[in-house]
Amino acid sequence: MPDITRDEVRHLADLARIELDDAELDHLAPQLSVILESIASIADVAAADIPPTSHALPLTNVFRDDVVEPCLTAEQALAGAPAVEDQRFSVPRILGDEQ
Amino acid sequence: MSLLSKTAAELADLLAAGETTSVALTQAYLDRIAEVDTHLHAFLHVDAEGALAQAAASDARRAAGELLSPLDGVPIAVKDVLATSGLPTTCGSKILEGWIPPYDATVVARLKAAGLPILGKTNMDEFAMGSSTEHSAYGPTRNPWDTDRIPGGSGGGSAAAIAASEAPLAIGTDTGGSIRQPGAVTGTVGVKPTYGGISRYGLVAMANSLDQAGPVTRSVLDAALLHEVIGGHDPKDSTSIDQPLPALVAAARQGASGDLTGVRIGVISELRGEGYQPGVEQRFDEAVALLTQAGAEVVEVSCPSFTHALAAYYLIMPSEASSNLARFDAMRYGLRVLPDGVADPSAEEVMRATRDAGFGDEVKRRIILGTYALSSGYYDAYYGQAQKVRTLISRDFEAAFAKADVLVSPTAPTTAFKIGEKLDDPLAMYLNDVATIPANLAGVPGISVPAGLAPEDGLPVGFQVLAPALADDRLYRVGAALEALLEKQWGGSLLSQVPEVTA
Repeated sequence: MPDITRDEVRHLADLARIELDDAELDHLAPQLSVILESIASIADVAAADIPPTSHALPLTNVFRDDVVEPCLTAEQALAGAPAVEDQRFSVPRILGDEQ
Repeated sequence: MSLLSKTAAELADLLAAGETTSVALTQAYLDRIAEVDTHLHAFLHVDAEGALAQAAASDARRAAGELLSPLDGVPIAVKDVLATSGLPTTCGSKILEGWIPPYDATVVARLKAAGLPILGKTNMDEFAMGSSTEHSAYGPTRNPWDTDRIPGGSGGGSAAAIAASEAPLAIGTDTGGSIRQPGAVTGTVGVKPTYGGISRYGLVAMANSLDQAGPVTRSVLDAALLHEVIGGHDPKDSTSIDQPLPALVAAARQGASGDLTGVRIGVISELRGEGYQPGVEQRFDEAVALLTQAGAEVVEVSCPSFTHALAAYYLIMPSEASSNLARFDAMRYGLRVLPDGVADPSAEEVMRATRDAGFGDEVKRRIILGTYALSSGYYDAYYGQAQKVRTLISRDFEAAFAKADVLVSPTAPTTAFKIGEKLDDPLAMYLNDVATIPANLAGVPGISVPAGLAPEDGLPVGFQVLAPALADDRLYRVGAALEALLEKQWGGSLLSQVPEVTA
């Protein structure tokens, strides 16, 4: 399994929407390499015919009756928002100039 | 100190006998917090006014003969990862600084419905990521046994609060050991119930297939009493088990007789030896010998896949965490930071700047690791393999539980280490959870019970008991038996030996 490079860490952070500066990349990239090295052994452990487990106990879909139940008011839902306008979440622009 | 050194069960008896009131008790704990928490930092938020009002309501109910539960009036502390309506909930992160949830987690709603005054919110590693509580964005919690040392993590605040008598009861959460390992290193009792046994509604998710809330207490009976208050089916959590809990308090009372005749106990060969401190192994062996004297039949069991549990965990947990923490996007709640020098930034630029400023190093490490493990090209080699190892670990448990009713091991390989010692060495930090992680991967319940002090450093050692899924009652029977036998030797509880807290 490949070592993780500084550029890869930058790319992954970008995918995860975290802005990392150079100092942070210098700090985190070698640590991530050490962690990955230690877990690389897992590649050869399980045979191909072993089924994967995503949940320890069996999951079943859960439904409830389709009736109105009390829920948060708009004021409650907006209470923690960084910015609010006209009883809505106010967010920065989501499209660029070219769009 | 006399009230404060009592178990929750004893306090409930005093309340019932009219020898104290919930207001007096709650005030005593608030005073204790005011006295020692500047040194320990177990709490991120203390709600004196709210707790006293709830205590007064409890006293009024008692006068009217309308008690809500056996623990009505006994105060409690709640880990800051559970949503509390009207009280700040930060998860130890700057990204949620000052956030006040508009609703209660089911665990919190059940505490309120059972009449337990909530003293405040306890410190934790950011988003429960850590084994020392040093990754809290608000500064570390200190271990009452030695304030230069860590109280374990991620629930170090809850464990330290119990050990220092700042609360008689607390709630923790355990994804890879965050209830049991702090229990071990602070000489307290911690229980991770069967996955699905306690609702996760309102528990801010790190790795939702592993996370489980549970009791943090002074005694095994207290844990059983609290488990019965918070446990059981919740329609708001689709993974909640739709069955009644086993009789936990009855199991703890049965165990306290100290008789384990006919109980088969399996010692897990893989969870000892290299990496385990000599004093930890010594106290563990002595405890096993005590259980044998109490009539238990002890066998050695092998769980060969456990040696890969840590690697599987450090793929599955970050993978789930990286997607769960995507919700912190600076749009609907929490921190919003605008990038420097960008005129009219886009939502995406704001999200990047916010997550850089709001998340600490360990959270960033895990999100990046999870993003890597889930990315195409690596998915099969990492995440897919880890899921298969998870199957192998469950099979190991099944085979072991065919030979034994419960399995035992040391809870943590070492006693509490020094603050700062492993802060920037993630791998060394992760090894603290080597014995607790298999239970989370398989969904089985586990308890940590104090096993004494390690001779070489005088610090607490934890003894872990694991049971099959849904058989949480066995933890309480065996845990209470060990506790009773050890306390007879010690002439009291281990916590009665905690030194007075000083700076």
